[in-house]
Amino acid sequence: MTKFESTSSLSRRSVLLGGGALVVSVGAAMTLDTMMSMQAAYAQGAKPPLTPDQLSSYIAVNADGTVAAYFGKMDMGHGLHVAIAQIVADELDVPFKAVKVYMGDTGTSVNQGGASGSTGIQLGGKQMRMASAEARRVLVEMAAGLLSVPADKLAVNDGVVSATDDKAKRISYAEMIGGKYFNVQLDWNKQYGNTLYAPGKAQPKNPKDHKVVGQPIKREDVAPKVFCQGDFCTDIKVPGMVHGRMIRPAVAGSVPVKVDEASIKDIAGAKVVWDKGFLGVVANKEWDAIKAAEKLKVEWSQVDAPFPEQAQLYDHIRKAPVRKREVEKQNGDVDAAFASAAKVIEAEYEWPFQSHASMGPACALVEIKDGNVTCWSGTQKSHFVQLGLAATLGVPVEKVRVIHKTGPGSYGRNDADDCASDAAVLAKAVGKPVRLQYMRDQGTGWDPKGPASIHKARAALDASGKVIAYEFFSKGFSRVDVDTNGSKPQDTLAGQTQGVALKSGDGFGIPAESYAFDNKRAGWETIPPLLDRSSPLRSSHLRDPVGPQIHFASESFIDEVAAAVNADPIEFRLRHIKEARDVAVIKAAAEKAKWDTRPSPRKDQTGSKVSGRGIAYSQRNGTRVAVIAEVDIDRSTGKIFARKFTVAHDCGQLINPDGLVKCVEGNIVQGVSRTLWEEVTFDKKAVTSVDWISYPILDITETPGQVDVVIINHPEIAPSGAGEPSIRPVAAAIANAIFDATGVRIRRVPFSPERVKAALS
Amino acid sequence: MTQKFTLNVNGTSHTVDADPDMPLLYALRDDLGLNNPHFGCGLAQCGACIVHIDGQPARSCVTPLSAVGNAKVVTLAGLGTPEKPHPIQTAYVEEQVPQCGYCINGWLMTTAAFLRDKKNPSEAEIKDALSGLKCRCGTHVSILKAVKRAATMMG
Repeated sequence: MTKFESTSSLSRRSVLLGGGALVVSVGAAMTLDTMMSMQAAYAQGAKPPLTPDQLSSYIAVNADGTVAAYFGKMDMGHGLHVAIAQIVADELDVPFKAVKVYMGDTGTSVNQGGASGSTGIQLGGKQMRMASAEARRVLVEMAAGLLSVPADKLAVNDGVVSATDDKAKRISYAEMIGGKYFNVQLDWNKQYGNTLYAPGKAQPKNPKDHKVVGQPIKREDVAPKVFCQGDFCTDIKVPGMVHGRMIRPAVAGSVPVKVDEASIKDIAGAKVVWDKGFLGVVANKEWDAIKAAEKLKVEWSQVDAPFPEQAQLYDHIRKAPVRKREVEKQNGDVDAAFASAAKVIEAEYEWPFQSHASMGPACALVEIKDGNVTCWSGTQKSHFVQLGLAATLGVPVEKVRVIHKTGPGSYGRNDADDCASDAAVLAKAVGKPVRLQYMRDQGTGWDPKGPASIHKARAALDASGKVIAYEFFSKGFSRVDVDTNGSKPQDTLAGQTQGVALKSGDGFGIPAESYAFDNKRAGWETIPPLLDRSSPLRSSHLRDPVGPQIHFASESFIDEVAAAVNADPIEFRLRHIKEARDVAVIKAAAEKAKWDTRPSPRKDQTGSKVSGRGIAYSQRNGTRVAVIAEVDIDRSTGKIFARKFTVAHDCGQLINPDGLVKCVEGNIVQGVSRTLWEEVTFDKKAVTSVDWISYPILDITETPGQVDVVIINHPEIAPSGAGEPSIRPVAAAIANAIFDATGVRIRRVPFSPERVKAALS
Repeated sequence: MTQKFTLNVNGTSHTVDADPDMPLLYALRDDLGLNNPHFGCGLAQCGACIVHIDGQPARSCVTPLSAVGNAKVVTLAGLGTPEKPHPIQTAYVEEQVPQCGYCINGWLMTTAAFLRDKKNPSEAEIKDALSGLKCRCGTHVSILKAVKRAATMMG
């Protein structure tokens, strides 16, 4: 029995059809007698523990020959599970359709970091590849013993091992181990999360031998969504469940001082859960819980309004004390070069707080039964939420199981992890399973925000116009004011409202590019949060954390320098970029978009409707992307239509072209939305962008008419990520296109019609 | 005070005992167990909760039970099945549209009503018809392809 089996019918054992507790231990080639005796010897043994050093923690062969892949990351809508199944199928030599990937369930997988940093394939897939290769090696070795054929004279096709010179000598994976467990130790690096790595003795296949990887295999989870056959985390129900809703203060930082439970006594089953700043209600029916949250009379503490006027945000950032400063990149003597410059070009860029604004507010269901805690959540990081719930509830980690179910969107550290912790507190307080969904204003108003920032760039030119020095510095709120997951109560609203001691983290980033300047410096400074606890403006990871803001600034600035020396924006970039793969994506995008080589801005347009094109490029953890935007601008209204995008994308080895293209399309559209529309608004008391009217996102009437994606495939280079890199250059590509069309440089996001119109007038 | 309401949903009659002010969404999800309409905003701003009421797309999150009466309610589950899909469902699968998929009720139900009434729409007409619906994953490029595909299928 595993420690999780009692908590749910979705146990590993039930997945492993056949389910006997036999264990097959594999070392040297063995005879059938040996194998049978080993099985007998281990017949009473339990399945190996669910630890990263066990092959059984990643791969199992079911009795019917199908393969279960247990994955400690999860798909957030890009079809990651398809790519993982492709990798597993290739390494194991089984059909793609034989592989089923079980994702993000702490009861069946180890902590591979969850959905994080576009590492699903890059790191998660790497581990699944190594585990699958080891499983194949072990199975071939077993077959060698059973068939009395040397391993190097065996081949595997569709899960059947046979002798290359005598096809009659054959045995299937299912016959050898189907329904039982691998008992094979891996060489685990003792890391959890993204960096977990546990190879076996096997070498993975040469990419030239891949047959399934690289194929445009479709997602099998689309039809169930379209035909309403699948469950979202919002759809899970358990017997005895009640509904919860949370209550947040109208002035950030205030806490309840008096709660009148009698004000909701007429609502069936309504109960208040109140502990310091934590305030929620439950009721038997969902609508009753919503009404109870609305009707509950609460007296709140008087506090000073914690925020500056929004109009003062960027001044606040400029003047705020620096909590941490870091120079991440430095070469040459930057200060001396600037001192000797014939000309210095400087610019400053501004990026607002932005919200995850997931499609629906977060939802979680927590059941506490016989000391075991089960949570269904749309979290990106169920293994971290497992730790967080254990700490919040004061129970051992092994008593908590968190099961990822598709949630209402994600895009980083949204409100999901807060919701799981809040639901756990409610469930413990009322002694019943609680399904909690936030309301819309809580989803958009109270999710952790992408940090607001300013970015200063300057370049020194010599008398000939050559760039002799370059400096780039960001100053802003931290990307980890609250951490990127809910593993610590200090980082969740439940913990913060209940008084847990805080520890705000510091982190930002620098441009990821390969511009070679003789004297170059890049760094960042972080400032304290506006409110230290349970703040609707606490900052954390939002899709491509700090990438869009940094590269909006850095790639706009490169364009400004190109314009200052009257160079074509691509020609200028290629003068300075040193890495060949970076050059290749830029050239590929330029070729596909039929780039017209000339300096910006255009000089041939009159009238109110003008058009322009702009390029931006960046790296991201090994991936390289170039984006060319073609935009139309109505000078009379300030309205931007980002009409067409051309994206060249190199993430090393291509796993699934269809999945990659869809992923890039989503990045581009969301990038356009964040560039043109998105800005968290607030007054001195609270966040005021709380729904789709006050926090607008891109409408389909503004959707780009065309997104061309050029995939540069490098089978010889290990795959890197695609979930975020292509959102990174979008804002700068649009800004550069606006400059090309108008000669006006917009340095503050979002490019709302009012702001653009004002800038153009 | 709760009242008894008889709802005609996907061709079947159901009785629900609920507050007259309760939005239809909660009756569908919590009382009838039809998970397909989703709670996105509760404000008629996103479309995740859309059902057809007498053939017209309606935001079930703001439609009180007392306003439904004898109207025929159709949810996404009632639009088509894998065996007998609506063309927009076929097109959504073919074009592999959804990412998280939480928003799809709005797009599918609105498109189904639109294409029933409008043959061979232009791209501008499609965009107009779908304006106001939200998709946070940014699948709009694929949505447009799917709607055009369905329009072709529906002639």
